[in-house]
Amino acid sequence: MMPVQDIFTVAAVTLGSLFFLAGTVGLLRFPDTLTRLHALTKADNLGLGLVVLGLLPQVSSPLGWIGLIAVWLLALLAGATVGQLVAGAVRPPDGTPAQRGNPPA
Amino acid sequence: MSEATLFGLCGAALVGLGLYGLICHPGALRKILAFNLIGSGVFLLFGIVARRGAASGFGGDPVPQALVITGLVVAFAATALAVALVLRLAQTSGRTGLDPERPGQPEGTRRTES
Amino acid sequence: MSLTAPVDLGLALLLLGLAVWVIAASATYRAAEGFIAYGLVLALVWVRLGSVDVALTEAALGSGLTGLLLLRAAARLPPADPAERARPAKGVRVLAGLLCAVVTAGLAAVVLLLPEPAPTLAPAAAASLPATGVGNPVTGVLLAYRAVDTLGESIVLVLALIGLWSLAPDAAWGGRPGALTTAPAGSALRFLAQVLPPFGILVGIHLLWVGADHPGGKFQGATVLAAMWVLVIIAGLRRPPPVTSRATRWLVVVGSLIFVGIGAAGIWLAEAFLAYPDGLAKPLILAIEAALTLSVAVILGLLLAGPPEAERPTERRS
Repeated sequence: MMPVQDIFTVAAVTLGSLFFLAGTVGLLRFPDTLTRLHALTKADNLGLGLVVLGLLPQVSSPLGWIGLIAVWLLALLAGATVGQLVAGAVRPPDGTPAQRGNPPA
Repeated sequence: MSEATLFGLCGAALVGLGLYGLICHPGALRKILAFNLIGSGVFLLFGIVARRGAASGFGGDPVPQALVITGLVVAFAATALAVALVLRLAQTSGRTGLDPERPGQPEGTRRTES
Repeated sequence: MSLTAPVDLGLALLLLGLAVWVIAASATYRAAEGFIAYGLVLALVWVRLGSVDVALTEAALGSGLTGLLLLRAAARLPPADPAERARPAKGVRVLAGLLCAVVTAGLAAVVLLLPEPAPTLAPAAAASLPATGVGNPVTGVLLAYRAVDTLGESIVLVLALIGLWSLAPDAAWGGRPGALTTAPAGSALRFLAQVLPPFGILVGIHLLWVGADHPGGKFQGATVLAAMWVLVIIAGLRRPPPVTSRATRWLVVVGSLIFVGIGAAGIWLAEAFLAYPDGLAKPLILAIEAALTLSVAVILGLLLAGPPEAERPTERRS
């Protein structure tokens, strides 16, 4: 019988991986860039948060906890910024047509 | 099969794939990508030599690891220089590849420097 | 071991699949995207092989900075005309495939026939590590046992930068590098470039400091610092320095100069080039690392910024 922390870790990481899987299915199956962005950013952030939550009991020092949570926050920040940039390239906020030469979605 | 052997075979396959891309792609930037693939395959071969040398409480022999780190940095510098050369070639002659122009083809657009 | 075998197999298959994508993708931009993902999976493979320092370097430099370089180049290149894009004839491709299969088979044979038990320098490295004062054996190799390699590498970086700058057209000499275009004002990128660099600089210095005893080191730290600088330039908050700027040139060479200086001092104080006197090894190593981190960060940023371009009256971006 594994200790409680290990069971919690396995459960949280598995749940997080399921969210990542859902996000990837959304990336592959949604019709256009904006909906795919939605799937990627929402599902991946939640998935990463669950994985980090699952890993917290495995680390004993408070500095390690801060490090893990910092990883999650930085990934959130990066994901939010990139989501804004990609969405802005597809549909610019001021209504001008999307720039030529941008990569296809 | 230990993980060292598995990833060593992976590295061998990467060198082969990169070599194929280097030979068969007409564009210079694709060749640079393929060359980086070859480089990473070679570094993986160093890495498995390091893994198999694990002893004295270390996870791997540190000397090949240090060689790979040096190699990665130098490979980046070489890639930066190669990419700049490709961009300059495109700026001065409009071509993105190194194949000689065949006779009867229109010359690539020439852009003069301002 | 049996529990991790499926993970290793999955990683290897993913790696090979991404490599096939990089080779087989039709658009160069797609291939560059695939290369970034390939680099990150490769970093995971390096962790599985127990080389965490190499994994950090691969993720930061091999995947991150190289990917940025290739993506920008793919976006800036003009589309090739169809005659130029013609692949070689079928016969050539079959021959090339055969050649590559032979090369792969040869390397695979080398891998499978490696001597058992494996020769290793780990005991020799471990025996002398306490004298250097560092706990991370890779840092010990890089800065103590094979310091001359690291010195050569830092000089190679300076030479690569000189080669890059020499590609500028004559009229553009003295201008600022132009390969990093700026984003329009008010975009999310400006916000990121204002919020992230303080943390990024902390992380970079931490990577440098912790590399003495744990995985990390100056190249990884320098890459993070360079990435923060490049982020600030791309967001338009700062312009890259002109190539004639003396301060930038001093920053570029100070790492190599201090390295050579300490090495030459070793000839008098410790009987050999790059030998450290007893008891002074750790402070000297830290001094070299600090100077090199600064120089390498500046050089990496300038390598990404590209050759100088002539100043134009209106800021252009198509």
